[in-house]
Amino acid sequence: MTSSSDIPVLEIQDLNISYYTRAGEIPAVIDFSLTVNKGETVGLVGESGCGKSTVAWAVMQYMGHNGRIKSGTINFKGRNLNELSGENLRRIRGSEISMIYQEPFAALNPSLTVASQLMEVPITHERSSEKEAWERSLQILSDVRLPDPERIMRAYPHQLSGGQQQRVVIAMALLSKPSLLLLDEPTTALDVTVEAGIVKLIADISRKFGTSQIYISHNLGLILEICDRVFVMYSGEVVEEGSIHSIFTWPKHPYTHGLFGCIALPTADKNAAPLKPIRGQLPLPHERPRGCNFGPRCDYFQAGTCDVEAIMMEPVIGSQATDHGVRCVRWNQIEFGTEVAHGDAKPPIEIGERVLEVERMQKYYEVHDRSIAALISGRRIKLVKANEALDFDARRGETVAIVGESGCGKSTFAKVLMGLECSTGGVLRYEGREIGNLPVQKRSPRQLGSLQMIFQNPSDTLNPSHTVGGQIGRVIKKFGVESDKVKIRERVLKLLDLVKLPQDFYLRRPRQLSGGQKQRVGIARAFAGNPSMVIADEPVSALDVSVAAAVTELLTDIQREHKTTLLFISHDLSVVRYLADRIVVMYLGQIMERGTTAQIFAPPYHPYTEALLSAVPIADPEVSKREIVLQGNLPSVLNPPKGCPFVTRCPRKLGEICERERPPMQMAAEGHAIACHIPLDELRKVEPVISVPEEAERIHARQEVGAGED
Amino acid sequence: MRRRAAALSGDSKQHCSQATESGYGASPMLIFIMKRLGFMVVIMIVVSLALFVILELSPGSVATKVLGPYTSEEQRNLWLEQHGYMQPLYVRYFSWLGNFVTGDFGESTRFKVPVSEVLWPRLWNTAILGFWVFAFMIPISLVLGILAGMREGSRLDRTISVASIITTSVPEFASTVIVSAIFVFWLKWLPGTSSMTDGFSFKELILPVMVLVIYDFGYVARMTRASMAEVMTTQYIRTAVLKGLRYRRVILKHALRNALIAPFTVIVLQVSWLLSGVIVVEFFFGYKGFGALLLEASLNDDIFVIEACAMVAVFVVVVGRLISDVGYQYLNPRIRFS
Repeated sequence: MTSSSDIPVLEIQDLNISYYTRAGEIPAVIDFSLTVNKGETVGLVGESGCGKSTVAWAVMQYMGHNGRIKSGTINFKGRNLNELSGENLRRIRGSEISMIYQEPFAALNPSLTVASQLMEVPITHERSSEKEAWERSLQILSDVRLPDPERIMRAYPHQLSGGQQQRVVIAMALLSKPSLLLLDEPTTALDVTVEAGIVKLIADISRKFGTSQIYISHNLGLILEICDRVFVMYSGEVVEEGSIHSIFTWPKHPYTHGLFGCIALPTADKNAAPLKPIRGQLPLPHERPRGCNFGPRCDYFQAGTCDVEAIMMEPVIGSQATDHGVRCVRWNQIEFGTEVAHGDAKPPIEIGERVLEVERMQKYYEVHDRSIAALISGRRIKLVKANEALDFDARRGETVAIVGESGCGKSTFAKVLMGLECSTGGVLRYEGREIGNLPVQKRSPRQLGSLQMIFQNPSDTLNPSHTVGGQIGRVIKKFGVESDKVKIRERVLKLLDLVKLPQDFYLRRPRQLSGGQKQRVGIARAFAGNPSMVIADEPVSALDVSVAAAVTELLTDIQREHKTTLLFISHDLSVVRYLADRIVVMYLGQIMERGTTAQIFAPPYHPYTEALLSAVPIADPEVSKREIVLQGNLPSVLNPPKGCPFVTRCPRKLGEICERERPPMQMAAEGHAIACHIPLDELRKVEPVISVPEEAERIHARQEVGAGED
Repeated sequence: MRRRAAALSGDSKQHCSQATESGYGASPMLIFIMKRLGFMVVIMIVVSLALFVILELSPGSVATKVLGPYTSEEQRNLWLEQHGYMQPLYVRYFSWLGNFVTGDFGESTRFKVPVSEVLWPRLWNTAILGFWVFAFMIPISLVLGILAGMREGSRLDRTISVASIITTSVPEFASTVIVSAIFVFWLKWLPGTSSMTDGFSFKELILPVMVLVIYDFGYVARMTRASMAEVMTTQYIRTAVLKGLRYRRVILKHALRNALIAPFTVIVLQVSWLLSGVIVVEFFFGYKGFGALLLEASLNDDIFVIEACAMVAVFVVVVGRLISDVGYQYLNPRIRFS
């Protein structure tokens, strides 16, 4: 037993992987080494295109027809996977090494039941009997804490929710008790509260079964919660590696350090300590610079030192952790200071008069039941209450965030506001005029231009066959801003300047743009009609960390300049905390809590807000959080609970009253309302979910003092 | 279970789930079939109306067609009177429709017998022909399509794709000539006509079946290939491979089921193609089938035969659609349960 635990489970040495395309060889992973010990969880973190998933596919030896491992070894328990025959490889796949995927729905076969997809694992690898396979599958489903496993077994994947599907995928991976688990962004496609549950499950599994894990993610906060050691990748190379503690407290590589400056940590503030995006963009694989790949984007770049030869991994001498390594020749000379990088402080925006008023607005959809049963019973129309009695307002220059998980009705509200749907009750007043029943076709060009939207996925919102200039110009014409061709062109160029894109982008087509650039075009388009209010529906959630920071900063700068009201729709509470002045928390079409950002983030909380706050991963090891994991799924909008919508998942449920009666809106303070049956005094007693240490109590600060005494 | 499924899918699909929810356990599938049958009847009525308007609206022309051009006005009027053509339009339509439903199609002017006496044997012959076409075409095209789609871009794939494009591009009237030239005149292996004058003969059936299979298999094979190739790139196939399943099992259990959904629909729709596709082939080989009958009736203004053939053809097409829709529902659990 002892000898087997001495050998690392996985040992990758000097791995080089290339893809071969018509353009020639494209190195995807360069000089990659990694060791995973028994029971250890190793994180791979980096932005898209950095090669982190390629490593996982290489371990699985599943490279596609144009990918090839050029050199290096991948030793799994002493056997080189690169040299295994097809049959031997097949015996390892799914039994000793398993994988969990990003999109659980796509990873499950839609036309087979969960049972048959689970049972074939033990049947194939261990020649189990059908009966034994059934029992083991049932057992593993309850191990991943799925309620009613018998029913899940007979279900098809589409009959399960996203979180349940991912639990099935995890169960499938664990069935044969693998020694190594590869997790490729397993929670990216899930809602935050569901994510929190899955993350906890994954952590429990590695403890219970002693499984080693490689966890791939772009989310530093998740990596911090899950991993023991972390590898930071940039453009095909590991730029920094080490234990979680050393990397998160003393990052040595300018890229790692820069990443922390890009995420909205609790210490960031949009006025006093704004995000500091990493300038430039990721180099394309065939355009990598000489020397350090990060050179052109690095603030500490030194010509003649950094751009001469390929940089090797060096151990960080004097670090607390023995395994801390960094791929930077100047790591010894760089002093980052004690804190996370921040941009320069910016003046706060003046809040003006009321622009948007929402009073008891509701949007019901009618669902027609055409079945014979409904014909007989006469209940042919069912109401879906997508928005119920929404009450809030927004002022000029203010950022109001609507927060909630998928299905909470936040997008429906945006649709009503934009005129894509009509409200079915209440008041929706914009700049003094009622627009709730004014469909988009009936709005004047001025109205259209003054209320615009930035969408989540920039690739889907730009027309692929028109140039950037043409698309923005058309909007200018449609909004009636300009009609003269020359003037339109001038205005487009001005807008491109506004979003910090070069003017020669005028003639480019969307496919020639990166994701961040496309989103900038999306912002330019939204600002074409000088809007006084812009709705941003998850504008940065599809973008990489450093790109998202740049787009976020751009958006706040434009907002500051134009005094625009921003309605920010998001599920990511850390970005919301950073951006928003006021927050509206929604659940199943209803407002659970609303107030200023400070009020929402401090007690008294609505129990749902409390859970949401707890679910957000924070990439700061010194911030402590109370753990609240919600059970169960979001109820169907067709059949919501009678009383409080949150009653089915609420950890603080009082009793029958919650099921029976709608909770009253309690005013906790001026402008802070909580819809809950629990008395405010009770709610006030709740401890804060997130506690950020004082600056003086941080490890860095103490370290500095200590160094001074020496 | 179903309720949750409904919550996941869009609003539009939710009506069926509520049927089970509210406790009147009529199966969604049964409701679906009933609805489809209803549609079928509506389509048939619309087509019959169209037919009636085109062919029977003016009684004079019917009489001319039935009695021939060299009849006197008096004779025609007498015939029209006898056959109820002097009644109001709607009465005529309903009695015409009633006759149709009960299988009384009138009398053929060409064959001088009731239409049904000619129609049913001819339809039966075409059914035999169709059966053998499908018996060969389905396995050939599915196997080729699956082989090609399994490894997209491989040499086997390219060979199969090119071959099926070529065979599909040659129209039946050209391939009938070519196969006759080869097997009848050059090799002298097979008879050139399939009139079956001495009773049923398999040998006479070979060439018509061959022509139709050659023309049609490429189309279905390419549909199957496209569907298979798409399935092979999905993430669930990747999951299956990385589960460590044997390649054969990945193909047979995980890929085929999903890959065959689209070709199934196409194959069922080939039934309606066959009805028109047989005209050329049956005529060329002198095979006494439905297509040849339709052609002969059209050339001779045999109005009641044309009407009967048209209604039968429409019926076959509509039933084909029904089968393909129901089959699609059955094969695709995503639709079946939501």
